[in-house]
Amino acid sequence: MKPTVTMRGTVGALLRKELLVELRTLESIPGMSLFAVSTFVVFHFALNRNSIEGDTAAGILWVTLLFAAILGINRLFVADAEQGGFDGFLLAPVDRSAMLIAKALTLLVYLVVLELVAVPAFALLLLAAPLGPALPHLLVTLLLGDIGVAVIGTLVAALAVQTRARDLLGPLLALPLLVPIVIGGARASAPALNVVHASGPPARWLLTLGLYDLVFGLIAYALFDFLLED
Amino acid sequence: MAALEVEGLARHYGEREALSGVSLSLHEGGTLVVFGPNGAGKTTLLRVLATLLRPHAGEVRVLGSSIPNEAWAVRGRVGLLGHEPLLYRELSARENLRFHARLHGVDSTRVEELLESLNMSTRGDEPLRTLSRGMVQRVAVARAVLHDPELLLLDEPHSNLDPAAVELVAPLIGRASKRTRVICSHDPSGGLVDADLVLGLRGGRPVLLRAASEVDTAEIAELYR
Repeated sequence: MKPTVTMRGTVGALLRKELLVELRTLESIPGMSLFAVSTFVVFHFALNRNSIEGDTAAGILWVTLLFAAILGINRLFVADAEQGGFDGFLLAPVDRSAMLIAKALTLLVYLVVLELVAVPAFALLLLAAPLGPALPHLLVTLLLGDIGVAVIGTLVAALAVQTRARDLLGPLLALPLLVPIVIGGARASAPALNVVHASGPPARWLLTLGLYDLVFGLIAYALFDFLLED
Repeated sequence: MAALEVEGLARHYGEREALSGVSLSLHEGGTLVVFGPNGAGKTTLLRVLATLLRPHAGEVRVLGSSIPNEAWAVRGRVGLLGHEPLLYRELSARENLRFHARLHGVDSTRVEELLESLNMSTRGDEPLRTLSRGMVQRVAVARAVLHDPELLLLDEPHSNLDPAAVELVAPLIGRASKRTRVICSHDPSGGLVDADLVLGLRGGRPVLLRAASEVDTAEIAELYR
């Protein structure tokens, strides 16, 4: 018997479940947001500067978002591993890639909510340039970065959760793979974070982010079934 | 037609042999009861039959399909009730069952039917973590039979259930369900009443395989000594 439930239906069921569990437990999003805001407060005082701009601002924003994302990545499969969610899913006649898509979408939602909190906090605490004119440019860059973080984060989390040292292994595997996204994201968003706002994001960095997302999307699609198998 | 055909099944975890040389055949609608002390390989056998673990040697056919090559053909036709309920603690019984119903393409009216038949309708919206173990086990039974599976794999299915709850689940997972069943049990008298075929495991190896009518409780008790 081939899978009887459509991919869309399966992804919908999984995504709904993920968001419902997060809504009940509040284990990921509040922690990620609080971490990001706390980090900006620390930078505000540690740099001893009232405001930053350009490359420095972009670097601080992206590195902070990366480390906040790691918190979410580490928790992504914990409920499934601890409460038998993997087995329940594997017993169903559904396409296993649905879990990759649903988990990546879940992480994407976490990142978007994180940024809804973190970016205004960043602008308030550190940014010299006004956020308004930079916003369209920044949103495009953040979205491309988020897609990459969501795909790589899901792949790494699925691998790490099978091990006893998952809390350590997750960040160790994720950080090197996510560094190109931080570099691309920071370079692409730096012009927007200057006091004198440049024309638009550098196309080559946006292209780099897009290609990186695509390559890891394909790798994750090819590998994910094997990670779930015995 | 045989619902289960196993020939020379072996499975190990690293160096440790969990199952070795297991061979059996079970007809459709029949009940195999597996006895054996803790660590004998009963749960591993169930997980192989459920397609969650790959056999490392031997031939395994479940509902006519070879495992693991045709595992996709078996999924959705098997109901597993193990030590873990395979339910999310933060979700209610109703939310958990609706989630599994969607994964199996089952209508949500079936969820309500099952909650009703297990006397769980009124507690169906409470988070699972607030329910007693017996109630969680009832919900786990509902999850295992939600998609009307042809084969039930039951690991000590009555654990945590009071006598009234055992009666409630009987139409779903008992002989009356008319499904093919593999049951892991530590209860010689209760298990033998249920069984058509008895398998005794010790250290992952089969030490007893006979029709239930030819086995007495003393032989089962011997497995645990």
